[in-house]
This record gives sequence, structure tokens and C-alpha cells, in this order.
Amino acid sequence: MSKRWFASLFVMVLTLGSATAQSGTELRFCLWSEPKTFNPLLVQDDSSETVRYLTGGVLVRLNRQTQQLEPELATAWKTSRDGRTITFALRQNVKFSDGTAFSAEDVAHTIQQMMDPNLHSPTGDSFRSGEGKVETKVLWADKIAILFPAPIAGLDKLFDQVAIMSAKSPKKERAVLGPYYVAEYKAGSHLNLERNPNYWKHDSSGHQLPYIDSVRLDIQQNRDIEILRLLRGEIHLVNSLNAEYFDKVIAEKPALVHDAGPSMDSEQIWFNQVASAPLPAYKKAWFGSTNFRRAISESINREDLSRVVFRGHARPATGPVSPGNQFWFNTRLQPHPFDQKAAMKRLEQDGFRVQNGALRDKDGNAVEFSVVTNAGNRYRERMATMIQQDLAGIGIKLHVVTLDFPSLIERIARTFNYEACLLGAVNIGLDPSEQMNIWLSSAENHQWNPGQKAPETAWEAEIDRLMRAQASELNEKKRKEYFDRVQEIAWEQEPFIYLVNRNALSAISTSVQNAHPVVLRPQVFWNIDRLSLGSEVAQK
Amino acid sequence: MKWVRRAAIIFLLAVALACVFAERLAPADYAHQFRDIPDAPASAAHWLGTDDLGRDRFSRVLHGTRISLLLAPAAALIASFLAAVVGGTAGFVGGALERAVMSGTDLFLSLPWFFLLITVRALMPLNVSPITSVIITFALLGCLGWAAAARVVCADARSLKNSDFALQARASGSSGYRLLRHHLLPNLRPVLYAQFWISIPVFILTEANLGILGLGVSEPLPSWGSLLRELEGYSSVTSNAWQFAPLLLFISVVSCFHLVVLDRELPA
Repeated sequence: MSKRWFASLFVMVLTLGSATAQSGTELRFCLWSEPKTFNPLLVQDDSSETVRYLTGGVLVRLNRQTQQLEPELATAWKTSRDGRTITFALRQNVKFSDGTAFSAEDVAHTIQQMMDPNLHSPTGDSFRSGEGKVETKVLWADKIAILFPAPIAGLDKLFDQVAIMSAKSPKKERAVLGPYYVAEYKAGSHLNLERNPNYWKHDSSGHQLPYIDSVRLDIQQNRDIEILRLLRGEIHLVNSLNAEYFDKVIAEKPALVHDAGPSMDSEQIWFNQVASAPLPAYKKAWFGSTNFRRAISESINREDLSRVVFRGHARPATGPVSPGNQFWFNTRLQPHPFDQKAAMKRLEQDGFRVQNGALRDKDGNAVEFSVVTNAGNRYRERMATMIQQDLAGIGIKLHVVTLDFPSLIERIARTFNYEACLLGAVNIGLDPSEQMNIWLSSAENHQWNPGQKAPETAWEAEIDRLMRAQASELNEKKRKEYFDRVQEIAWEQEPFIYLVNRNALSAISTSVQNAHPVVLRPQVFWNIDRLSLGSEVAQK
Repeated sequence: MKWVRRAAIIFLLAVALACVFAERLAPADYAHQFRDIPDAPASAAHWLGTDDLGRDRFSRVLHGTRISLLLAPAAALIASFLAAVVGGTAGFVGGALERAVMSGTDLFLSLPWFFLLITVRALMPLNVSPITSVIITFALLGCLGWAAAARVVCADARSLKNSDFALQARASGSSGYRLLRHHLLPNLRPVLYAQFWISIPVFILTEANLGILGLGVSEPLPSWGSLLRELEGYSSVTSNAWQFAPLLLFISVVSCFHLVVLDRELPA
């Protein structure tokens, strides 16, 4: 009987030990560059974003697993019918890391700072909906209303990026509401984040979070060294891996790696459709033809790209939204199949024909063009080389040109002296409004033909109308209908020929518990306050 | 050490012959992608396995060697010729001209050539065939790689000009041209040879580095530079030992070149 009692006590101690704060435990991983700022409103780079995520307290948080918004410092929120006002009910008895009390005044202070045009806050840019000032009304100590000059679609989700700063603390942005605060920073070496003693969140058993005592972020630019350190057990996780590193780790320690499926990132090709571009008229005619673009698309073997270039850690892409985006992805669409016979039929409709193995247009011009991509990116170089062989199958000669990034941008954004371009898109947000700068024909990032004064094609006019309609609509179902149609037009017209969605790959030590890697950033430590360390702690 | 030199010559001849008959010896087209077997180990069908896109590595090594062995020495020849003309003239004439030319050479050396090369690539037309692109790359390297060699040649020419035999030749009434033609140039030859042989591996490696920045050989054409890029980074290196074949060949060929040259230049 006494043995059983002791055994039960032992199990209880072990359970409590893993669930409660672990004294002296330290999670270690690497930042790939120096954080540029600790001001959460000025964050632009990945390293600063990591520090903001680990230290910043937000009103609402997008759960990276369910992709649903969850209450954090705000217990409830409501957006007005006109989409211009959002009201937050705030959590009470919350303190900053330095002991300063949290109130609606801090939220008002943060919003005013963020919208200050002199600060040039990148976070604030997402909230700039129209001419006029953003106003804040402190209704009570725990209730605040924020008024915008024009409606913003998906307004509440934008607050996931807004870390609340203290209006009164002498420590300014160093006083935080997140699970950790920056305790030490050695430039070029590391950051030490210590547990916020005043963090408001508790688990279901009433234990204060986070479980892990501190986080050490080593600044390590060399990815090879990072992987070797992971394999040696010196760090606990690598948030994002490429396919080669994934295979390298899996060969040595298969339990460490995780493939969370298609990420939000995509790789695509587009043709230059700028009317004033310095290209021969016959080439402009090719690139402006839907049949030509569709034929090129159908001549590319996306399955092979995924399998060979990304070693199976990518999926053929369908359109601007990855299947990883659970709500906004249009499930009616499928990736364009590899079908060179169908491609030839489309080309024949436009008068193209094959002569002596070379494809020629109706005027006898041999179909030959170049695709530019950024030098040094092995994946894109390999994709371009595979596409070169695919297109040779229908008699098209493709020249692969790799350029340094500034030269590439000069060509695709200023001189428009290029024919086709292969690049990727990194989508951080889920909401279609974040793609307005790509799909509106007047936008500068409407890459195939940017900055149009009026839409030059009927389908672009239709996309403009749908994107504006979804942005001003508050009903999510209607917004989805509008954006589904945008995806269908993009699929039919193929201004971007989407190639693949890369999978979200990561590696985590088996000693890290409660880790559930997801496709949204930060893939591994999105639930940092719930992670705990088991017995197999990384060696110093 | 004659046997070492002979072995080196035989090896270089074998490599040269293999390159000449690359089309006949290669089991597959160097650009063809066997997509079902990327990164395959060596087999009867693919003697050195396949690369990351499934292309036959042996065929690519043969064609890449041909390109690099033809164009890197051509670029080294251009650079050595320019170094001989600029450095030799400056050293031989001396005085203000030498100072001016050497100042110009120093300025040339201090220019950020890597960035200028990138700019040149950015200005080149996009629809250029891979072979044209590789010729332009090596021609540029040859035209830009003379300055360091010119300094060495200049110093050597200066010292030769002031040597006893040159003074005696001058005292015997030799004209400037005769002195240059019959006394200085033959004595400059070892330095020029050394500069020539040193430049070859340097240009091959520069081409490999330029490839990373987009100025190298365009796909699908192989070169030693593009073949060596397979070994770029820890993640690229697999347990497949055949991946190292281009590196081994590169080291062997460059070593053989040096053995042949050293044996020729060093006194017995």
C-alpha cells in the first residue's frame, strides 16, 4: 500500500514538474540576423519580429493552429457596422513586466504612437485606411474605442501585430506584457529573455505561464552551423528549414523534423505585360494572350518541380492563396495539370505552329524568351532549369538569366526591360485585404503591369471591383465569395503562373514538449508560453 | 622527378582527349534531366551518378571540363599578355612613365571589380545563348585580371633592365628594341609563365563565385564553376562520394598543370 502511495506521489510530482514553471530551464534557438529594433511598432525584420512575438502583449492573438482569433489582453471586442470603429473590453489586474498597471490609456498611447506619421511605423501602415486621423476614446479604465477615418476589412485581425506599450513606465518599450522580457542583449552574440513575472496568463490548473524560465536567442547567420548545433543538441529548435537541411536532419535524427504541409509562400512566374516595355510588338502580343499564358502553364510539370527541386516538400500551387490558408483558399480550384497536348491546342488557336522542332507564331517568329530570377537562390535556378526543359518539349527556347537583386528590381519595377520573371511571394497575413497591393490594377506591386491609370483588361477591371468589394464588406461569407471569384479569375487568366507552395519545415528537439508546428509564422514557438522542456535539456 | 612530370602530362592529355571526344564518350546529353533519379549514386548507366536535377554527372563533367579548360587558359592568356605589355613597358622605360602606369595599375586594383562585373551582367542583353554568356564571362575576367601580374612583371623588367648583362648589351651598342627582344623578354618568360598558370585556377574559381551572383555560365551549360556549386554549403554535401568527382578532377588538373610548369621552370 505504501509502495503504491509513493508511486502515486512520484507520478504527481513528475506531472506537476512538467506543468509548472521549470526553474532554471532555458530554451535556445538562433536568430539569423541582429534584431534591428526593440520598438514593437518599428518592426520590419524577422529577428525583431521574433523578439516582438516573444515579449509583446497583444489585445487579440491569431491562434496559429486553428487560424481563429482569440482574446488576450482584450476579453471581448466588437467592430461597428460601418467597419470604422472597434471597441475593446480589456482584461483587469494586468501588469507590465516592470509592475506598471495596464489600462486603456496604454492602448490609446500605443495607437497614437503607431499612427504618428513621424514614426513611420510599418505596423501602422496596415491601419491607414483613408484621409484623416485615427481617434481613440478611453471609455473606462478597461474599455476603449478606436475610430478610423474609413472602414478596414478584417480590422480585428490586424491587432495581432500590435504589441501594447506602457504610457507611464519609465522603461518605455522595455516594459512588456508578453511572456518574456529582454533581460540582456549582446550585439552580435545573443539575447537573453527572462520570464515576465507579471505575465497574466495561467494554465487550466492555475499555474502561471510561461513554463520555461528563459529563452536564449543566439545570433547565428550561418545556417550550416545552426543545423550542426541542433544535431549536437546545443539548440532546441530551428523555426524554418529548407528541403536540403530537412533531409540532412532526417538522415541523422528523424524524430526532430516536422513537415507541417503547404505554407503561405508561393513561387510564381509572370510575363511582362507593360504596354510601354522595350519589347518587340510580337512578344507583347504573346505575353498578353491568355491562351499563350495558359499554354505555358500547362507545359510546366509542377509535380516534378515539387518532387525534384523541393525533394517532395512542396505542393503544386493553385493560385494566390495556399491550401494552408484554411478559410480563404478556394477549394473548387485545382492546380493546372501538366498537359502539353492541351497546351499545343491552345497555342494553335493563336496561330502558333511547330516547324523543325521550334515553335513559331503566325508571323514566323521563333518563340524564344528569357526568364529572370534572383542569383544565388538555388531553388529558383533549379525550377527555371526544369521549366527550360519542359518548354523545350513544345519547341520553346527559354534563356535562364540570374541577376543580383538590385538589378532584377531595376528591370521588373523601373525599366520593365525583361520578358518573364520567376520570383516568390511571402504571405504573412491570411486576409485577402493584405493582397490589395498586388491585385489592384493601379497598385505598384501589380507586377505584370503595375500602376495602371485605368484597368487595361476587362478581367483586371473585374478583379479591381471584387477586391474593393471584399475590402468594404464586413460579412465574412460575402467577402469569401468575392475573393473566391478573384482566385477563379486569376486561375483562368494566369497573370501569375503559380508553380508551387513550399511546405513549412521545422526541427524541434524531442525535449521540447507541447510543440505543434504549424504553417503560420512563427511555426514552432507560436505557443511559446505553453512549451516546456523535458529531461533532455540542451547542453550549454 | 621526370616520371611525375610524365604522369602529369599523360593525365592532362587524357583529360584533354576526353574533352575533345566529349560527345562520343558522354553517355547522355549534359542537359537532359532524368527526373526519376535525382542525386542518384554511380551506376552502369551513370558512371558518376546524377546531379540534383537528375542530369548525368559524368557527361556534365566532360563538357564542363572542356569549357573551363578551353576558356580559363584563354582568359589567362589575355591577362598575361596585357600584364606583359603594361608591366614590361613600364619596367623597361622606367621613370615618370613607370610611376604613372603603376599608379594607374594600383587604381585599377583598388576598384570594386566584383560590383562592376555585376553591373556589366545587368547591362547585358537577356536573350544571350549560354555559350555566348560563358565566353563573355571569361573574356571579362581576362581583361580585368592583368593588374596584379603587371606589377610583378614591371618589377622584374626593372631589375632586368639594370642587370649586368643588360648594361653590357647596352654598352655594346644594342638598340632598345634589340635589348627588349633578345634579352629582356626571354628572361621575363618564367615570370609570365608563372602568372599564366596561377591565373587559370583563379579564373576558374572566380567564374564559380560569379555563378552565385549570376554572372557565371548560364544553365544548362556546365562548367567547373557550376559543377563546384553542387558542393556549396553543408546541406548540399551528401554521403554520395561521386559528388566530389568534379572537385577531385579540378584539383588534379590544376596540380598537374603546376607539376608540369614547376618541373620546366626549376633548375635540375
